Amino acid sequence: MDYRLSHIKQLESEAIFIMREVAAQFENPVLLFSGGKDSIVMLHLALKAFHPAKLPFPLMHVDTGHNFPETIQFRDELVGKLGERLIVKLVQDSIDQGRATEEKGANASRNRLQIVTLLDAIEEFNFDACLGGARRDEEKARAKERFFSHRDEFGQWDPKNQRPELWNLFNGRKHFGENFRIFPLSNWTELDVWQYILWEKIELPPIYFSHKREVFDRQGVLLAKSEFVTPLESESVEERVVRFRTVGDMTNTGAVESPADSVEDIVVEVAAARVTERGARADDKRTETAMEDRKKEGYF
Amino acid sequence: METEIIESNMDLLRFTTAGSVDDGKSTLIGRLLYDSKSIFEDQWDAVETSSQKRGDENVNLALLTDGLKAEREQGITIDVAYRYFATPRRKFIIADTPGHIQYTRNMVTGASSANLAILLVDARHGVVEQTCRHAFIATLLQIQHIVVCVNKMDLVDWDESVYRKVEADFRKFASRLDLTDVRFIPISALLGDNVVDRSENMPWYGGAPLLETLETVYIGNAHNHVDSRFPVQWVIRPQSSEHHDFRGYAGRVASGVFKPGDEVTVLPSGFTSRIKAIHTMDGELAEAFAPQSVSMLLYDEIDISRGDMIVKPNNKPEVGQDIEAMVCWFSDTETLRPGSRYLLKHTTKEVKAIVREARYKVNVNTLHKVEGDPEFKLNEIGRICLRVSAPLFYDSYKNNRATGSFILIDPNTNVTVGAGMII
Repeated sequence: MDYRLSHIKQLESEAIFIMREVAAQFENPVLLFSGGKDSIVMLHLALKAFHPAKLPFPLMHVDTGHNFPETIQFRDELVGKLGERLIVKLVQDSIDQGRATEEKGANASRNRLQIVTLLDAIEEFNFDACLGGARRDEEKARAKERFFSHRDEFGQWDPKNQRPELWNLFNGRKHFGENFRIFPLSNWTELDVWQYILWEKIELPPIYFSHKREVFDRQGVLLAKSEFVTPLESESVEERVVRFRTVGDMTNTGAVESPADSVEDIVVEVAAARVTERGARADDKRTETAMEDRKKEGYF
Repeated sequence: METEIIESNMDLLRFTTAGSVDDGKSTLIGRLLYDSKSIFEDQWDAVETSSQKRGDENVNLALLTDGLKAEREQGITIDVAYRYFATPRRKFIIADTPGHIQYTRNMVTGASSANLAILLVDARHGVVEQTCRHAFIATLLQIQHIVVCVNKMDLVDWDESVYRKVEADFRKFASRLDLTDVRFIPISALLGDNVVDRSENMPWYGGAPLLETLETVYIGNAHNHVDSRFPVQWVIRPQSSEHHDFRGYAGRVASGVFKPGDEVTVLPSGFTSRIKAIHTMDGELAEAFAPQSVSMLLYDEIDISRGDMIVKPNNKPEVGQDIEAMVCWFSDTETLRPGSRYLLKHTTKEVKAIVREARYKVNVNTLHKVEGDPEFKLNEIGRICLRVSAPLFYDSYKNNRATGSFILIDPNTNVTVGAGMII
C-alpha cells in the first residue's frame, strides 16, 4: 500500500492542524477575514478543521473603507450563508476618534492605518490570537515568520528574537497582555492557493477573474478608477481587460491585464507568471523594508 | 505540463542547508532559485538595485534570501528563512539555516522537519569541524538523506583530486555516524556548475546535478506507517440538534494507519473501543494515515480529551514518567542543569519536567562524550534524564519522529529553550 499525500493535501492537513492548535491553546482567538482569496481559503480550512461544529472563533475584518465593493458584497453573502459571526472594525472610526491620521497626497493609503484599528480591536475584544492568511512566499520579511508569531504588549514583532519552531510542536505560551499572530498558510505559495481553490471548487469574488474595467497607470501599477483615487492630469484613464491577483485597497492594488476568466486559466497563468503577486502592490514598493517596518509596528 | 499543474498531484520535499560562514550557502540557494526560474522579475530587479547600492560587483544572490534589514546591513543571515520553489516533478520547501551564534538552534530547527540536508564544504578548506558538527546534527535529527556539496570548485581549477579527498575524509568521519544515504556533488554555486545544469568544467563527474538529485531522491518512507498513534488535539461536539450525538476526536495521525472497525485503546485510561468512522468535511474515509488531519468517531462513549492518545491494543507506545533523551540547548541566558524545571510539550500534551541527571555532553566536533560537566550552555547537545509530572506516551525518536520529540519551555519567560529526542 502506498501511503502518500499530494503536496496540496499535506499543506491542507498542516493548516487544519494549526487551526485546531489555536482553538486548543488560546482562550479567545479570532480569524482575520477580508474577503480576499487567502482569507477565503483560511475560512474554508477552518470549516474543515471543526466540521460539523460551528467555528470556535469569530471572524473579523479590519475595513479600511477603501475596499472593492465586490469584495465586501461577497464577504457579507458568504458569512451570511455560513451563519458564522463577523466583526467589522472600521478604520474610518479610528480616524474620527483621532486615533489615526489620514495620509495626504495622490498616493495616500489607509494600509498603515489598519494597524491602529487592529490593535484597538485586539484590546477591545481581548483577543489573544489572530489567525491570518499571510504566506512566507509573499515577501522577504514574511519569509522569516513563524507559524506562531509572538507579539509583545504593544503588538510588536521582534524578528531577531523569535522562538524556534521544531517539528509540529507549537509554543503559544504568553504573558498577560501579549498576543500571537498565527499563519496556517505559511508554507503555501500563490500557486498552491490557486491549485487548492481549483481542487476544492472554492468560490471567489468576481474581481479575481478577467473583466473590463477603467484603469490608469501610476508608476507601473495599474490602478482602478474609483471614488478613492483621483487620476492625475498626466494619467489617462482607459478601459482594459484586467483581473486582480491580490485584493487590498482600491488605492494601492494594481490590476494585471489578463484574459483568464476561470480558475483553471488562472492556475496556468500563475504557474507561468514572472512577477510576484505583491509586485502589483504599491504598499510594498514604498521602501525596501516597507513590510518589515509595518510588521514591527503590529501589522499582520 | 498544464495538466500536471491542474491536477496538482506533486510530491513535497523539505530540505535544509548547512555550511559555515562564507561557504556560499545563500549563493547556492539563490542559484537554485534563479536557474530553476523560480525568481520573479520584480524580486530580481529589487536585488539588482540593492546590489548596486551596496557596491557589489555582481548581482548578490545572497540578497534573495536575506530578508531582514539587519541581515542586509551586516551581510549575514540571522534567522532561519523559508523558501519555496517547484519544478514539474516536485514542490520544495527550503529551510535556510544560518551558521552564526545560534548555529545549533538554527540547524536543529531546520532539520527537525527536513527529509534531506545539503552540507556545504568549501573545496579549498575541505572537511572542517563545522562539517562534522553538521553531519552529527543531521544524524541526531534522523534526516534520511545527506547531500555533500563540494562548493567553489572553480577556485581549485575543477580538480577531481580535491573533490575525492573531501569525499574520502567525509566518509571516514561518517563511518562513526549512523547515516543511511550520503551523496557527493562537486559544484560552483557562483557560476552554476552542477546546480541545475550539468557542469562542462568537470567531465570526470558522472553523477546527477543537485536539482536532479533533489527531484528524484526517494521520500516515500518519510512517515512511520506501522505504529498507529493518534494524539487527540481537540474534541468536536457540535451544539446543534442535528448533530446532537456527534463526538469527534480531532487530530493528525502521527504515524500508522487507522480504519473503521479497528479496535483501539485510549491512553492513559486504557479503555478500548472500536472506530465507528473517520470523519472529514469531505465525507468519511476508508482509512487515515500520517500526516492526515481527521476526526475519529468511536462506538463507545469514553472520556477522552486533548493530550490523550488513541493507539492499537497490540502495538502500544512506551508509557512513563522517566524519560531518557538527547537534548539541544538553545538559551543564551539560562543553563540547563540537574534540578532545573521546565514545561515540556510532547505531541498534544503539556507536562511539567525536572532534570534529574545530565549524563554527558557531546563534543559535536569530535563526537567525544564529555562527562562530569552537568551544565548545558547555548548550542550544547547531550544526554539527560527527565522526570515528568504525568505519563507520556512515547516512542524512541529513531523509530518515530512525531512521538519521540519534545520541546522544553522556560516557565518564567515562556521561551522555547530546548529540543529533545527520546532514546
